[in-house]
Amino acid sequence: MKPSCSFPEKPEAVYYFGTCLADLLYADAGMAGIRLLQREGVRVIYPRGQSCCGQPAFNSGFQDEAREVAAQQIVQFPKNLPIVIPSGSCGAMMTRHYEELFEGHPLQEKAQSFSARIFELSEFLVNVLNVKLEDHGDPVKVTWHSSCHAKREYGLGDEAEQLLRQLKNVELVELERKNECCGFGGTFSVKFSEISGVMAQDKSADVMQTGADLLLSTDCGCLMNINGALEKQKSQVQSQHFASFIWNRTHVG
Amino acid sequence: MSAKANHSPHSISEKAFFESSGSALKNSKLRRNFKRAMNGLMEKRRDIFPDASELEETRDRAASIRHKTLTHLPELLEKLETNCESNGIRVHWAETTEQANQIVLDIARSANVRLAVKGKSMVSEEMHLNAFLEKHGIEAIESDLGEYIIQVVNELPSHIIMPAIHKNLDEISDLFQEKVDPNRSSKSAEEMTATARLIMRQKFHDADMGISGVNFAVAETGTLCLVENEGNGRFSTTLPKVHVAVMGIEKVVESLQDLPPLLKMLTRSATGQPITTYFNMISGPRGEGELDGPEEVHLVLLDHGRSKIYEDELLRETLLCIRCGACMNHCPVYTRIGGHAYNAVYPGPIGKILTPQIEGIENLGYLANASSLCGACVEVCPVKIPITDILLRLRRNHVRKKTARHWTDLNGGKSLMELMTWKGWKQVLSQPSLYRIQASLLSRFGNLLPAQIPVLREWARSRNLPRFSKKPLHKLVEDAGIDHE
Amino acid sequence: MNESTSSRSRILERLYGIHSQSRFADHPEITETQSPSWTTEEKISCLKSKMEAVQSEIHCCSEQEFDTVFRNVVDEKSIGSLLFAKNTQLGSRIHSLKQSIPEKMPELVNYDISIETMKKRIFSIDASITETLGGIADTGSLILWPSRHEPRLMSLIPPIHLAVLQAEKIYNTFSEAIVEGRWAENGMPTNALLISSPSKTADIEQTLVYGVHGPKQLVVFVIQ
Repeated sequence: MKPSCSFPEKPEAVYYFGTCLADLLYADAGMAGIRLLQREGVRVIYPRGQSCCGQPAFNSGFQDEAREVAAQQIVQFPKNLPIVIPSGSCGAMMTRHYEELFEGHPLQEKAQSFSARIFELSEFLVNVLNVKLEDHGDPVKVTWHSSCHAKREYGLGDEAEQLLRQLKNVELVELERKNECCGFGGTFSVKFSEISGVMAQDKSADVMQTGADLLLSTDCGCLMNINGALEKQKSQVQSQHFASFIWNRTHVG
Repeated sequence: MSAKANHSPHSISEKAFFESSGSALKNSKLRRNFKRAMNGLMEKRRDIFPDASELEETRDRAASIRHKTLTHLPELLEKLETNCESNGIRVHWAETTEQANQIVLDIARSANVRLAVKGKSMVSEEMHLNAFLEKHGIEAIESDLGEYIIQVVNELPSHIIMPAIHKNLDEISDLFQEKVDPNRSSKSAEEMTATARLIMRQKFHDADMGISGVNFAVAETGTLCLVENEGNGRFSTTLPKVHVAVMGIEKVVESLQDLPPLLKMLTRSATGQPITTYFNMISGPRGEGELDGPEEVHLVLLDHGRSKIYEDELLRETLLCIRCGACMNHCPVYTRIGGHAYNAVYPGPIGKILTPQIEGIENLGYLANASSLCGACVEVCPVKIPITDILLRLRRNHVRKKTARHWTDLNGGKSLMELMTWKGWKQVLSQPSLYRIQASLLSRFGNLLPAQIPVLREWARSRNLPRFSKKPLHKLVEDAGIDHE
Repeated sequence: MNESTSSRSRILERLYGIHSQSRFADHPEITETQSPSWTTEEKISCLKSKMEAVQSEIHCCSEQEFDTVFRNVVDEKSIGSLLFAKNTQLGSRIHSLKQSIPEKMPELVNYDISIETMKKRIFSIDASITETLGGIADTGSLILWPSRHEPRLMSLIPPIHLAVLQAEKIYNTFSEAIVEGRWAENGMPTNALLISSPSKTADIEQTLVYGVHGPKQLVVFVIQ
């Protein structure tokens, strides 16, 4: 968890980095994040040329290719505004690895500034915007999977769960082994699909064990992975990005 | 499926890894054994570190001591040698495992050794020492109970602290009845331990040489330190007339004062114990007028790729390791595939970073890929090795090696395909117009893609395919009139 | 040996060479921040609870009470033969005790010749008794400092190890023992040990079993 001194005052505007997974597979979640920010009176800027943080190639050892894609992102966010992102994993890539990726590169300084302005969505909502939520939804039982990249690589605390606890009709049930990896790991899920598959199965078994109706997380990669395993086992448990969940329950009209 | 003691250093391959991990995943008994064992170890570690800030403080302290070692490594090794020699401990240096094996053999031959007893030593596994000695007519018996159990069935250790952790009580009982004491059948751990005690006592009594590893070697005083619970290590290093200690060059520490924090972190991280039964500090052979202790003590310093690892600032941190095993206890991959699937001396996270670097990244670099980079290991490492960062660097090095040779590489086809894939990915993702076209196509046709095509096929074995959103986020954003600058 | 020498040169050359070329980040050494500072009573209590948790037997007594307590333990455990070191303070006390009440004491075997000759005898003896250099409270450990008067194997081979610990020689921590004992300055003996329990293993399905290769029982007399 970041020390409180590293959070800015509430800004007039923020950039939003959608992430490629949200863009293609969880568009509603991406949009919900934007709405949650706008509701707090913050102007959201979504640069049109953005695509991906470069993590898939970087994690596979293809640094040059990752750098070219990352460079394209950096130049899309020139103003000195916070960049809010609905993913701990992409956040980790952009805060922890861009420095190394751009060392000695013409974009080095811009990359450093870029990395310093990245904030994961729940972290921003709680620590900068001090969001207060009113629950208009029906009673529901949910459980939380803590994305290991968000927690360990990015250093995210439990801000999202704090937000969930504000919702009076939501019962948050603790997931056993919630910090254990779900098996996604990006290309790991495909390259080592057997091991990954077993991890996803074990995680989905833990989810089903909670008796929750819904699984929530900060990261679409994890959600996609666990949901795939839940569906394969014909489970009734749904999964959702926490931004969608919160937006749907707290906005009227 | 358990790995038979395999003494060919190049028998490991990516294909073999997929086979061995695949069959481990299907072995429900193995998975149950590992799950129970790892859960127990994780719990023990949690219990022994109740205070989070005290834990961080001690980790920082332990890490700083190990960094000190690395920063002053050559001077410390020289100092260690000087002080050991003046204590009467003969110091030998070996660049390769072949040289190390020869040194041990020469010592054994000079002392007419026929039977050697061994305490647990991962370095001796790197050397495949037992097999080498056997080939030259010297019997080498493992005296640690876990090592003894696997030696009896000719298997490799599956964990660096508890070598027989992959076996449950029934399996060990059967093995005892079959190979150790056919006259008794016992399902009691106490009874089997008592049997092992009796057998080993005779071996300790008869052995001409004892072989051990070294947990920490103190340069200041020329002292070899060993950690153990059973007493077999003390027997091996005290009773026979010759004691040979084998050690990786990174295990030296500067002073006696460095020991308490390292010992504390080692025993707690490994098995959740505040301390082991014995902490054995050896500073010489039998002294003047002394009545016991070996007549000769030898220390073999082994390089085996470590000085190469030392070159790079990040990769050097691999050498901080104090061999506690906490990383593998917490690794979700290791828990599910077990130690043998790695087909390597060191399994788990430390194995994934160490093995490719000492045995050659060209053939073994794939081991660095077998991780979801979840970081559980980094969180528990007592000396804060940045394991995930090292894995990422090794992946990069591996790619460079593979793609440079892709025309001649046996895996050339696969490497070439992967390179092309990422180059294609880069083209699309770095050009907004191409990206948008791709996004459009996927949102329209992505859900129609058959589950049989590569990538999707791997995913779909155990999960349903994800579904593309009807409209990509950037389209929703445009429709909603969100600002673009 | 020649190969070892040339390996040595090459290894050191490589390591020193890297030193001059590669980057070594500054890692300031972190020293111990706080360490407990207990009274003797507290140290005894801490050591006792730690050691008893791993099946060591602790008897606290005064100097005067020792003889009685010791003999009770001998009777209770049916110790018929006892390995001891006559040339130590403890050894001569045990020896005197034997002389004064021979029928109430086990057979005493003095470890005064080399192990090669003593081997058979020691392997068949019931118990041994040794002094200790001191103890460590926070880990629950004895410090053994073998010498030519009190050899190493005394605390290893016999199935029962009796140890006498002077309460005022219990240190708070291992660090304190090293520093206050001036171990580095005085030089280490050929073998020194920390012993914290009877020998044990959890190698068979993580079931904890006591009495493996080292002693099956550890009995400590803490003398105040």
